[in-house]
Amino acid sequence: MKLVTAVIRKEKLDAVLKALFEADIEGITVTPVRGHGGEAETVQTYRGTTVKMELAEKLRLDIALTEPYVERAVEALLRSARTGEVGDGKVFVTPLEKVYRIRTGEEDEAAVTPVAKVASPA
Amino acid sequence: MDRSMWTKTRSLPRVAAALLLPFLAAAAAQPEATPVQGPTAAPDPATTGWLLVSAGLVLFMVTGLALFYGGLVRRKNVLNTMMMSFVCLGIVALGWVFFGYSIAYAPGSTFLGGPAHFFLSGIGLAGEGVPAVLDVAFQGGFAIVAAALVSGAVVERMSFSAYTIFIALWSVLVYAPLAHWAWGGGIFDDLFGRSVIDFAGGTVVHVNAAVSALVLALLVGKRRDYGLRAMLPHQIPLALIGAGILWFGWFGFNGGSAYAADGYAALAFLNTLLAPAATLVAWMLLDTFRTGKVTAVGLATAIVVGLVAITPGAGVMSPMAAVLTGAAAALPCYLAIGWRARSRVDDSLDVFAAHGVGGITGALLTGLFASVAWGSPVEGGLAQLATQALGVVISIVFSASGTLLIAAAVSLVVPLRTEDGQEAVGLDIPLHGEEGYSDGEGALLIPVVSSSKAAEIAGTATRALGGRA
Repeated sequence: MKLVTAVIRKEKLDAVLKALFEADIEGITVTPVRGHGGEAETVQTYRGTTVKMELAEKLRLDIALTEPYVERAVEALLRSARTGEVGDGKVFVTPLEKVYRIRTGEEDEAAVTPVAKVASPA
Repeated sequence: MDRSMWTKTRSLPRVAAALLLPFLAAAAAQPEATPVQGPTAAPDPATTGWLLVSAGLVLFMVTGLALFYGGLVRRKNVLNTMMMSFVCLGIVALGWVFFGYSIAYAPGSTFLGGPAHFFLSGIGLAGEGVPAVLDVAFQGGFAIVAAALVSGAVVERMSFSAYTIFIALWSVLVYAPLAHWAWGGGIFDDLFGRSVIDFAGGTVVHVNAAVSALVLALLVGKRRDYGLRAMLPHQIPLALIGAGILWFGWFGFNGGSAYAADGYAALAFLNTLLAPAATLVAWMLLDTFRTGKVTAVGLATAIVVGLVAITPGAGVMSPMAAVLTGAAAALPCYLAIGWRARSRVDDSLDVFAAHGVGGITGALLTGLFASVAWGSPVEGGLAQLATQALGVVISIVFSASGTLLIAAAVSLVVPLRTEDGQEAVGLDIPLHGEEGYSDGEGALLIPVVSSSKAAEIAGTATRALGGRA
């Protein structure tokens, strides 16, 4: 099991969600975050005050995945979140030690597998 | 007594009671049902109708100002900032009917009106043009707006109780005498044989409030972290809505000051449209020249600057002169705001740069552009310009010294400034026990049976917050 964490541009969320959906990936947590990026700082002006915005606003996606899905998820993220400009973000893949589903107490792979996949008659 | 006691929220009702009780006692001592005296002329229905509307518009400006100021501060101070405007609707209105109106408009000397109308004694339904009671309300709106303007310089760190006591005294002791000088038959009527023209309060309201604001800002001191951290407006849409409402209200402020429903009111109305329009366009050009972008806060500010600049001359100059006045006011105010932001003077919302510089520019240009053909009592020119300048200087000196004395007196009773820890967490929760944008997540309901228990819990919570610097 892996935890895929992606930091992406805010305006890319729709494209990323679509790509992940198409790759059969579900179970995503999205969080607004701010951080130091490699891109040029933005400058804002408020009446007499000029301000350099050090932290860029991004979205962070946390996706817990079983091994067969990891590569597909990373590929979908890289493809859909890319503009080619500085500031597109990062994808981190880290080992995941333990997962529990709160509702049922299921563990690990059973907990990560989307409910729809188990419940569907297919 | 421990002086810090006064900064606690619970001290406010005590302060208010101490202030109000003598007033109420004096009111109760008045002879019953004072017969109507003074002017006995029957009011004119058209003028009365327009003044009724105008008085409402002027009072609506307080809401506009609260939104304008509220949007420009940080979110942790939005309620405190807006309340500094709204509290004037209570305190200044009462001070005005108890004492202020009489000091401004009752017969008296060159320097002060008399006590004839204290507690509205002798004020009734008769009046020249409008019922005397309506004049009280319309002019009361001006006093309220003027006092609310002052708060912009000291928001985010001045103690709410100190501020309420300050404006209660200021509106009676500084605003009312100045109103007497300009409109009540005082010294501005005869300054070395000439009259200072102040159609709707350029010196009385704007220069006066701005000078007091600057002096008070210097006395209270700059905000913690001022000049170190960026203090950005938390909700610019509010500021834009506020500026729009201010403009709307200003049509009553200037239009009503004609004291007639006639062509001069219409002229003042049109000029109140044109001057800010010209300021807005000039400001856009300045903004574009400086940063390459037209800013929203800039436009909101430009509207206010244009309104301030046309106030002293709205009903005495031609529409084209109003356009020139509005455009001309943009540059000095723009430069003043730019300079102030780089200086050590923490006039938080640039009350002086907008209302002071704008008001002075407008008062001086009124001296140049005043035209008999457009309703002015005298023709503009260098002599009138000098008279206007003298009026401005007198207003500045009086306003600054009055503010110094009152603030010094207030600071003997209540510290002017909030505690450092309270300022750090924002004044809304420590001073008012409320926050502007609460989502209620994680808020537990504490069943409380008595008000003393509620006060105890609130006090404990406030101390805990205030200490977290």
